[in-house]
Amino acid sequence: MSGHSNYQPTTAFGKWMHERLPIMELVKGQALDFPTPRNLNYWYTFGGILAVMLVVQIVTGVVLVMHYTPHVDYAFASVEHIMRDVNSGWMIRYMHANGASMFFIAVYIHIFRGMYYGSYKAPREVLWMIGVLIYLVMMATAFMGYVLPWGQMSFWGAKVITNLFSAIPFVGDSITTLLWGGYSVDNPTLNRFFSLHYLLPFVLAALVVLHIWALHVPGNNNPTGVSVKSSQDTLPFHPYYTMKDAFAIVVFLMFYAAWVFFAPNYLGHAINYQEANPLVTPAHIVPEWYYLPFYAILRAIPDKLGGVIAMFGSILILFALPWLDTSKVRSGNYRPLFKGFFWIFAIVCVALGYLGSKPAEGLYVVFSRILTVYYFAHFLVILPLLGLLETPKPLPSSISDDVLARKRPATAAVPAE
Amino acid sequence: MNMLKTLAIAAAGLALSFSAAQAAEGQMPAKGISYSFEGPFGVFDEGQLQRGYKVYKEVCSACHSMRYVYFRNLSQPGGPGFSEEQVKALAATFTVQDGPNEEGEMFERPGLPSDHFPSPFPNEQASRAANNGAYPPDLSLITKARPGWYGTFNQLVNGIGGPQYVYSVLTGYTPDEELSEELLKEQPEGKHYNPYFANGHWIGMPPPLTDDQVTYDDGTKATVDQMARDVSAFLAWTAEPKMEERKRTGFMVMIYLGILALMLYLVKKRIWSKVH
Repeated sequence: MSGHSNYQPTTAFGKWMHERLPIMELVKGQALDFPTPRNLNYWYTFGGILAVMLVVQIVTGVVLVMHYTPHVDYAFASVEHIMRDVNSGWMIRYMHANGASMFFIAVYIHIFRGMYYGSYKAPREVLWMIGVLIYLVMMATAFMGYVLPWGQMSFWGAKVITNLFSAIPFVGDSITTLLWGGYSVDNPTLNRFFSLHYLLPFVLAALVVLHIWALHVPGNNNPTGVSVKSSQDTLPFHPYYTMKDAFAIVVFLMFYAAWVFFAPNYLGHAINYQEANPLVTPAHIVPEWYYLPFYAILRAIPDKLGGVIAMFGSILILFALPWLDTSKVRSGNYRPLFKGFFWIFAIVCVALGYLGSKPAEGLYVVFSRILTVYYFAHFLVILPLLGLLETPKPLPSSISDDVLARKRPATAAVPAE
Repeated sequence: MNMLKTLAIAAAGLALSFSAAQAAEGQMPAKGISYSFEGPFGVFDEGQLQRGYKVYKEVCSACHSMRYVYFRNLSQPGGPGFSEEQVKALAATFTVQDGPNEEGEMFERPGLPSDHFPSPFPNEQASRAANNGAYPPDLSLITKARPGWYGTFNQLVNGIGGPQYVYSVLTGYTPDEELSEELLKEQPEGKHYNPYFANGHWIGMPPPLTDDQVTYDDGTKATVDQMARDVSAFLAWTAEPKMEERKRTGFMVMIYLGILALMLYLVKKRIWSKVH
């Protein structure tokens, strides 16, 4: 991993350190000089944005834990204590709650960017699969975090989701009992969710290190999908991409701050400001917005076990994506048919999200079923066939050729997209 | 710019499609009255919060607890603006249970600023027993827990309408003598018709307000409408006592990030200009 650096320590301390732990060489090679395709657009800044969001969530989370009480009798009150009595506690909590939503907005853009530009294809399959794993761990973390305030939706959401595991043949009930720490969602459930909610972000951080490692072996993909051929095609990561990412991160933080300070409860559920009550079932139990497409898939299948399989299958299928897409061309820019199907797929995902927010009745179920079939068909039928049937557009001979071809005098200062 | 266009289309699509919450069966949308604390720069009206406190104290607190609010909160910045002396005096008008003392007995004493509002009933069962089986909810967070209306876009622009919900329930009763035959037939014992109530049309709480029920210290005429506005504003404050601090901080944060983004953009542009 140190192949991109010609680091030479200049100070005595630098030399001393270099012989013992060549960390500066690693930083210089991987974070400063790392050769990065010169044509990365702003869609590629979401990786950096996600790293920042993970840090924000961990820092705000660690502070929240200092004031939170993981007990069914005190959890709700301790969250109100944070909101009312802890200095700037309201800000820390709103940052953490809205931060989860921002994290998912960024990760969805990041995933769809990878899908559009074919970033999962060889030699980046492992990079992609670690990414899917990160996404799975994120979902588990966010779910358990939502339970901690012990509001009505916390409790009933936990009940519905943990109940899913009981559909597993033979061991289902044992797994559910293990998750609950008893025979219903209660104090032991809250305690183990709290423990895991604190643990998993550090697992995430480790996975992110692997994700970046797997990125830095083949290097970045880019909007043309054409591999880097010479040093003409790349720029050192610093200052070009440190500055581009920094700008994008701050713009994203403005978007984030707008929610935190001016609409902090919009993305949550009003009913979660009511303390959990096992005796009163809310009229509509709806998960957080970022799970809605999967919730729609779950409810589209009339059989409980089938629904659970379809829901987990809809995420696990992403692991196979590098092999389901048979096209040799990476970037959607050069795949006229794929491009259309990509956007249809994106719309289908949003539509499934909409259906997930609706009650499971009437036409909503019909459409959920049609779109669930389409969701899987996209991976299992459309992508394998497209690679065989489609005639791609001619690829540029190199990244730098593409950049030069796009360069027009009027837009000389604007980086090519 | 291609990317901004895509993001804008995606955001518009999401905003139009998602409706995160569902209206409870047949709940009528709350009356769209406006308050001083709406919008990114809106602040509470101290006079209104003080009047609202009086309505809570003299009317609501007979049945409704407010356990997350402390008397000391009433003199905090961004609230009703009572002085510390006033808070001491008004806390003392409540009786608080304390103890055990050295003999192991619980005892009663006048409230202190460090006490939270005492609850009118010792537990839910006692409360139901005294209220014809209904359980008057705690009011600390009621304006954040009860949407006045639904719709993804509607809530984004107008908020969830929690204070309006409280106002509408307080002013939205249909007197029994004006009810249609069918409604009278389905009327449960001891319940009152209120189309704004979130949990079906029949509410256990009798119409709580009548004109001139309280005497406002500032001479404002205490109509039902005025009291409902004041107490709903007061409950908006109890649910979000740091709202003014939040908006003020948010304003500074946006300015700071805006300037930082502009500077970073210029630096980035300058660095990249040498490449092409």
